[in-house]
Amino acid sequence: MAVEGKAIDALGQFELSTALGPIGASVGFTQSNLFMLISGSLIVLLMMWGMRARAMVPGRMQSLAESAYGFIDEMVVSQVGDEGRRFFPFVFTLFMFILFGNMLGLFPYAFTYTSHISMTFLMAFIVFVLITVVAISLHGKKFLGYFFPEGAPLWLAPIIIPVEVVSYLSRPISLSIRLFANMVAGHVMLKVFATFVVMLGALGTVGPFIAVMPLAINVALVGFEVLVAFLQAYVFAILTCIYLHDAVHLH
Amino acid sequence: MDDRDSLKGRLKAARDRQGLDKAEAAKGALPASIWGVGLRAGVEVVSALVVGVGLGLILDRWLGTSPWLFLVFFMLGAAAGVLNVYRLFMPRPGARKD
Repeated sequence: MAVEGKAIDALGQFELSTALGPIGASVGFTQSNLFMLISGSLIVLLMMWGMRARAMVPGRMQSLAESAYGFIDEMVVSQVGDEGRRFFPFVFTLFMFILFGNMLGLFPYAFTYTSHISMTFLMAFIVFVLITVVAISLHGKKFLGYFFPEGAPLWLAPIIIPVEVVSYLSRPISLSIRLFANMVAGHVMLKVFATFVVMLGALGTVGPFIAVMPLAINVALVGFEVLVAFLQAYVFAILTCIYLHDAVHLH
Repeated sequence: MDDRDSLKGRLKAARDRQGLDKAEAAKGALPASIWGVGLRAGVEVVSALVVGVGLGLILDRWLGTSPWLFLVFFMLGAAAGVLNVYRLFMPRPGARKD
């Protein structure tokens, strides 16, 4: 599939197709949706099954569930403050959904739904709407003061306000591009080097020996991608927290 | 409780001796590597430019002022990109320092 007429098809892996046979085809249910469902069920399973024992000394699954909870709880409280506790469910859901999407995408034959900008932009847009609604509902008209820092000379307002507005509007874009670009770049690199392995391996007697080089690179890349998968979920969550801090406190 | 406190104290002393706790200052901040910082700065500039150019083109089409609003908003986008990068490196005011 990767090598078609000696060309490297690195982007074919991001193509959507319908899953679940004729039923999925008739309702437009893609493999992307399928993996969203899988990751959602895995998260629910982890939390439900992990916390089933409710032991004082946690077992493996319970300590996994607890450390995921504690990790996000600490992030939200340290970034937003104590009043940020009410946003914990939102940030936790977002973090786990992105983390599982990134991690599941590393398995062979799996689809990475976070590699589609429509998906990441939707999530970033939800964050954007949330922070705007929170800021307006908490501060009302004072929210507009966010776009003009106190103490700046008034004659600069025609410059500062549009720049601040554009900067504010660029938040969902940068949030979504960051996650999407990281996932696409990683998967393209993996695919390109995997194709090199196949191509070089077919070069006759010496081929398999040369093919060890891209194979070694790919092994290192997979480890790197696991790091990126976690890091990008973390960055998305912590930036959400920082924006929530701005919305709650207005600077 | 007493046992746990004294254990915590001894553990803290031992960790300090080995210099294991110095990452405390960077806690809660974004992880910083040269590549990471560069990539983030690039994304911030590009996204601000995308918003500026997009707004400019849409307003131009709406108001029929063809290249002018595009040029104005391109400059605004560039300025917002610089502002974003500046914010990236400046510590945020009001963030809790614990």
